[in-house]
Amino acid sequence: MWDAFGFEFVNFYLIPGLVLGCIYALGAIGITLTFGILRFANFAHGEVMMSGAYIAWTIMALVGAAGIALHPLVALPFAAIFVIGLFLLCDRWFYKPFRKADTIKIVIASFGVMLIIRSAVQALWGPNQITFVPGIARPNAWLQSVTGDAGMMILMPNKHLWIFAGTILLVVALSYLLNRTRTGKAMRAVSDSPDLAHVTGINVETVIKATWIVGGICATAAGVFLVMDTQTLETTMGFRMLLPMFAAAILGGIGKPYGAVFGGLVIGLAEELSAYPWIGDTPLLSPGYKTGVAFAIMVVMLIVRPQGLFKGRSF
Amino acid sequence: MTQPVLSLNHLNAGYGQTEILHDLSLHVMPNEIVAIIGPNGAGKSTAMKSVLGLLNIREGSVELNGENITDTPAQKVIERGISYVPQTNNVFVNLSVQENLEMGAWTRPNGIEDRLQEMYELFPDLAEKRTQAAGSLSGGQRQMVAMAKALMVDAKILLLDEPTAGLSPKYRGEIFSTIQKIKGTGVPILIVEQNAKQALGVSDRGYVLVDGANRHEGTGQGLANDPEIARMFLGGGH
Repeated sequence: MWDAFGFEFVNFYLIPGLVLGCIYALGAIGITLTFGILRFANFAHGEVMMSGAYIAWTIMALVGAAGIALHPLVALPFAAIFVIGLFLLCDRWFYKPFRKADTIKIVIASFGVMLIIRSAVQALWGPNQITFVPGIARPNAWLQSVTGDAGMMILMPNKHLWIFAGTILLVVALSYLLNRTRTGKAMRAVSDSPDLAHVTGINVETVIKATWIVGGICATAAGVFLVMDTQTLETTMGFRMLLPMFAAAILGGIGKPYGAVFGGLVIGLAEELSAYPWIGDTPLLSPGYKTGVAFAIMVVMLIVRPQGLFKGRSF
Repeated sequence: MTQPVLSLNHLNAGYGQTEILHDLSLHVMPNEIVAIIGPNGAGKSTAMKSVLGLLNIREGSVELNGENITDTPAQKVIERGISYVPQTNNVFVNLSVQENLEMGAWTRPNGIEDRLQEMYELFPDLAEKRTQAAGSLSGGQRQMVAMAKALMVDAKILLLDEPTAGLSPKYRGEIFSTIQKIKGTGVPILIVEQNAKQALGVSDRGYVLVDGANRHEGTGQGLANDPEIARMFLGGGH
């Protein structure tokens, strides 16, 4: 059973699907929080994520030049500080002036920010993709031997273990923030009803700053994890991630962070599993159509259940 | 003579260019329940929102304990001790009862725990529902949450916008008796009500608003027994 298809299914489809799902989930958290609290679809989210990854690898290159090999996860917090700064500046310059205007204006502004950031990254680092000497990502030997002895060998490189661990850590931290801290509860309150938050005396601008900070940390992690996984830095990676991340946010329900995590995992799994040879020996869907899967799920959700699985806001 | 806690003096105000209030004056004295009644569209809720800096005041002034607070933004008004319960959407439906109260205490620097206990004593129904989402409660209980939330700060005055709208008669009575209990804690209350008869019944004084101006004023009992007012507003099934 395991040898017949379990091994292949788990190691080549399920685990990569979950890894991709983690990355989508972290990106979708920021999108859904922004949507819930600031009430707009932030098209620049993918680009901010991408610039965070560039910064992380630049930090690693700079430190590496001094002879210290830095793990991406060590560079991540520093890149996150940069990303948070970028989010806050974007808010101050491009989003705050439109806070009381029609939503479409702020959405268009975010579209502009998306183009500005991508062009800036291309100007600074060049338009070509940067590939790292991949080396072979060896599966974690301990995990391989333990599961192998149990008759269900799992091949997972360390980077995937790091991505899982990082995602779980961030989601647990997020859940603590939203349910246990004053600022987190206020974030949920503003997401619930900005008008009521206003007449309750909640400082909405503080809550908005907190939203950018949380979104920034998750976006940087998503960007860094994606590059850890693909070993490639590309200026278009943010934009490519945007559609599945929106699909994840919509699937989970707009304004629902746990929904976004769940949606991200579902979209990631659906994309990878769509290429599994469910019928016969050929992939069900050619891997080239993977991105279409996220799009299809998003369209179906918007028609059938626009409030998402976790009863988010519908428009 | 004692100073009013809240006074609106010759107010001309509205949204954007539309003027809704015309030369409106009213005041609330310490330890007093004051009702604003009147037909639909008379500007009752608008009068209340003018206190919170939510609309455009063209002439006149709003004073809190003699201090001018005209055009002060909502957040500052609340920090100064005016608590407001809107008519609809007055609780955070996805937050638990306790979290709603904590949010109400946003501008309160300390003593939140003690205040929570006081609120659970004032609203015993809420104590057992503290971990439930406010959205899962009945209309009457939500109204209780909204009032408790507004009282989490040391309110100098409580503004209630149609607290019994859409509630069953049983809950209406409960809300009005709670309002009297709140008065007993020393917080004056300004209340806007469709439900004129019951509102005047618990009020010390009342104002009748017609077309954005005060038409009549008097004691709660006096207005409730006034035949002209009875004919105008109290006759219907409100």
